[in-house]
Amino acid sequence: MTEQPFLKIERLSKRFGAFTALKDIDLEVRRGEFVCFLGPSGCGKTTLLRAIAGLDPQDEGRIEIAGRDVSRAPPADRDFGIVFQSYALFPNLTVAQNVGYGLVNRRKGAAEIKRRVDELLALVGMPEQGRKYPIQLSGGQQQRVALARALATSPGLLLLDEPLSALDAKVRVRLRDEIRALQQRLGVTTIMVTHDQEEALTMADRIVVMNQGAIEQVGTPSDIYRAPETPFVADFVGHMTFLDAVATGPGTVRVGSLELAVTGNGALTPGEPMRLAMRPEDVRTRGIAADTPNRFDARIARIAFLGSFCRAQLSPTASPGTTISADFSTNAMRDLGIVEGETRTVAFPPDSLRVFPARESA
Amino acid sequence: MAGSAVRVPAARLEAARGWRPDEAQVATALIALLGATLVVIIALPLWSLLSKSFQDGAGAFVGLRNYLIYFSTPTLFASLLNSVWVAALSTAIVVPLAFVYAYGLTRSCMPAKGAFYAAALLPIFAPSLLSALSLIYIFGNQGFLRHWLLGASVYGPIGIVMAEVLYCFPHALLILVTALSLSDGRLYEAADALGTARRRVFWTITLPGARYGLISATIVAFTLVVTDFGIPKVIGGQFGVLATDAYKQVVGQQNFPMGAVVGMILLLPAVLAFFVDRFVQRRQVALLSSRAVPYQPKPERGRDLAFLGYAISVGGLIVATYGVAVWASFVTYWPYNLSLTLKNYVFENAEPGGWEPYRNSLAMAALAAAIGTALVFTGAYLVEKLKVFPAGRAFAQFLAMLPMAVPGLVLGLGYVFFFNAAWNPLNVFYGTLTVLVINTIAHFYTVAHITATTALKQIDPEFESVSASLKVPFWRTFSRVTVPICMPAILDIAVYMFVNALTTVSAVIFLYGSGTKLAAIAIVHMDEAGFIASAAGMGAVIMLTAIAVKLAHIALNRFVFERLQAWRKR
Ligand SMILES: Nc1ncnc2c1ncn2[C@@H]1O[C@H](COP(=O)(O)OP(=O)(O)O)[C@@H](O)[C@H]1O
Ligand SMILES: [Mg+2]
Repeated sequence: MTEQPFLKIERLSKRFGAFTALKDIDLEVRRGEFVCFLGPSGCGKTTLLRAIAGLDPQDEGRIEIAGRDVSRAPPADRDFGIVFQSYALFPNLTVAQNVGYGLVNRRKGAAEIKRRVDELLALVGMPEQGRKYPIQLSGGQQQRVALARALATSPGLLLLDEPLSALDAKVRVRLRDEIRALQQRLGVTTIMVTHDQEEALTMADRIVVMNQGAIEQVGTPSDIYRAPETPFVADFVGHMTFLDAVATGPGTVRVGSLELAVTGNGALTPGEPMRLAMRPEDVRTRGIAADTPNRFDARIARIAFLGSFCRAQLSPTASPGTTISADFSTNAMRDLGIVEGETRTVAFPPDSLRVFPARESA
Repeated sequence: MAGSAVRVPAARLEAARGWRPDEAQVATALIALLGATLVVIIALPLWSLLSKSFQDGAGAFVGLRNYLIYFSTPTLFASLLNSVWVAALSTAIVVPLAFVYAYGLTRSCMPAKGAFYAAALLPIFAPSLLSALSLIYIFGNQGFLRHWLLGASVYGPIGIVMAEVLYCFPHALLILVTALSLSDGRLYEAADALGTARRRVFWTITLPGARYGLISATIVAFTLVVTDFGIPKVIGGQFGVLATDAYKQVVGQQNFPMGAVVGMILLLPAVLAFFVDRFVQRRQVALLSSRAVPYQPKPERGRDLAFLGYAISVGGLIVATYGVAVWASFVTYWPYNLSLTLKNYVFENAEPGGWEPYRNSLAMAALAAAIGTALVFTGAYLVEKLKVFPAGRAFAQFLAMLPMAVPGLVLGLGYVFFFNAAWNPLNVFYGTLTVLVINTIAHFYTVAHITATTALKQIDPEFESVSASLKVPFWRTFSRVTVPICMPAILDIAVYMFVNALTTVSAVIFLYGSGTKLAAIAIVHMDEAGFIASAAGMGAVIMLTAIAVKLAHIALNRFVFERLQAWRKR
């Protein structure tokens, strides 16, 4: 028996005038899951989140939360908490009043509210700060308060719209881990919007990659990273080299005069033009034997130092006009003495290569 | 597991849902109510005016006949020409005067800028006709400087132009100061680096940068003069202008259709000004990129002294003129017995109601400020922050912007025709304080609405989303968060309404009743009856009241909002 999804979206569409912001979105989210909407700015992530919240209702389609059809329900009937990039804290209320804002309306005693507020402030790592005003807090602290406020009423669904985008890099990483830990502790179903792939890859149980108002791919972070289903996903998540190729057999393609084996991409029709995608970090330089598949010699044309690793541009001897990006750790650079201008034997494992039909451009 | 411990049971949630009023329905109803209110206080009176101009005295439709009569009656048509040339001349004088003053305030390092700014704003706090009364004391038949006019009479175009220049000066100044402060300092640094001559910098950077401000100031001044009633009434003598014609037609001759025609003609320049101004505003904003650096003047002895001298003479002239009116109101018998007395303030001698008009004015201004502020701010909130009923919100927004294009006199005429109509059940209010308050709110609605909207736009748009997610209805967030945050803007609106309600004459002159005469109207009547000193006294009382309210406003801003409310940003 399959579990009933907590959130179910069917054929959802939304237009702004003549512009279609969301087209035919279908999505299911399980109870307790952490899902990220990932995509470039303007692809409709916020629009989808706000439709789920009922803040900007969709034009067509159905939304079900916890088995209840809420397609036309106002936000107040949907049982969710929400956090915005701007924090949206009420500046004239103290931290405690902000956190307790949704509790006051529920005819609870002052003592009960205070206890709950203290508990929540402790939960987000800000005990004893209830009397301050938002303006006296740092951005990271304000976002914690906003999170506590959203969790105060114990909503079934937590919605986060780019909660970390306004913060400094360091704070962002810390809060990222804390939000994830908190979510797992509370078990609250969470949807987070982000345009930062690293955030999505590290936090989410599943990622929904969006592009131009449509869902490109839904999958776990490693699915999305290892097995992008479309050139868009391949290009947007991580770095990829795209090369024009031609299928030569059910599991082989040719780039220039370089013949490469690809596995896990379904059967290919020989003669069909393809796009081959390869990740720079999938390059192998050590332990390459004569029978290692996809081995070839390449000249190391250029090396850029990027901190913990170097990105080199490879130019295969068999196909000198082609350029392939390859990442070498600083260790490998030192141990193997990789330098610009030399020629080396490298390999890309067949299961690390992706091929797409040539007409789908990234 | 803190999260689930206090989870609200579903049953209780359902129960809560039962008694909670439906937010969307409440919002829709409120927007509809706002729209209906604005229709009654703005649209219908204007419609009455429009339709009245196409009817004869009995109410039958006569097409353009009234307009034909108007343009073929030489005395009426002459007033139109008079209005236009007097307004053009006043504008041509006041805009350059105000420009140089504004230039000194923004582009020089002259001392005491605050004091000179305040001095120039003085006319805003008095009814327009106080400047006219003052000029009568100075240049009138008993004036101590009347020989300066070389035998010409101040009663007529000369007096009108002088008084209008004084009255319009602060309005033009405010616009020009804003325009000149919007300049980008980097342009001047670039010009400096290139060694551009001073004169060339002025003609190629300063003037083009301020040109929209100059257009705006020109239009505003022209419209103010054309539609002003108080000054020509007091100092115009036999010189007819549009505004006094409308008054004569309606109040003197009870010729409502002809009054309506004059009203429609008065509407023209204002409507034109409205559209040009909106166009200019849009361009002005685009002029300043977000990365512009405000211009910081550097001290320069010669220039600073020159502007100081200019500011002393112009600012001093303004203060002196109003000072003469105040002084004269305490004088026993101008100009023969200059000993001081309070007898002119025993208004019973000059005006049957005594001090009653002043009390009426205070009551009217207080009510207009209280009710008007509540209506305007709530209305702006409904229009700006709610999502339901977009057609209703757009309609309300349109009506809220309309009064800007409607001179007080025209709105007042519309009110006469609408609230005095036999068919209108609201005619029971005619002549009451209620109609005066409503009219004043409508008259000053637009500026107040823009102030409120600007403040609301600066608030995070997600506050409504957050409260919806917390199941807190919008009206609660409105009162607990939005209103406290916007308190400075709300106070601005209230003070604006109060001061204008005290000083306005043009709209209410048609609308007061036997027990509801206002102070500014009492000035007109006392002046008509020859009690000029008492008229000036009443003007002085109004001016001092308005200034006191403004000072209280400044004090409140300084001490409450900036000091006591720690949560406010500086
Ligand atoms: N209220 C609106 N009116 C018109 N267009 C809108 C509105 N809100 C969003 N859009 C458009 O819809 C698209 C998706 O917006 P959004 O969901 O905010 O993107 P993002 O993925 O960056 O969150 C954008 O192209 C945006 O310009
Ligand atoms: Mg967004």
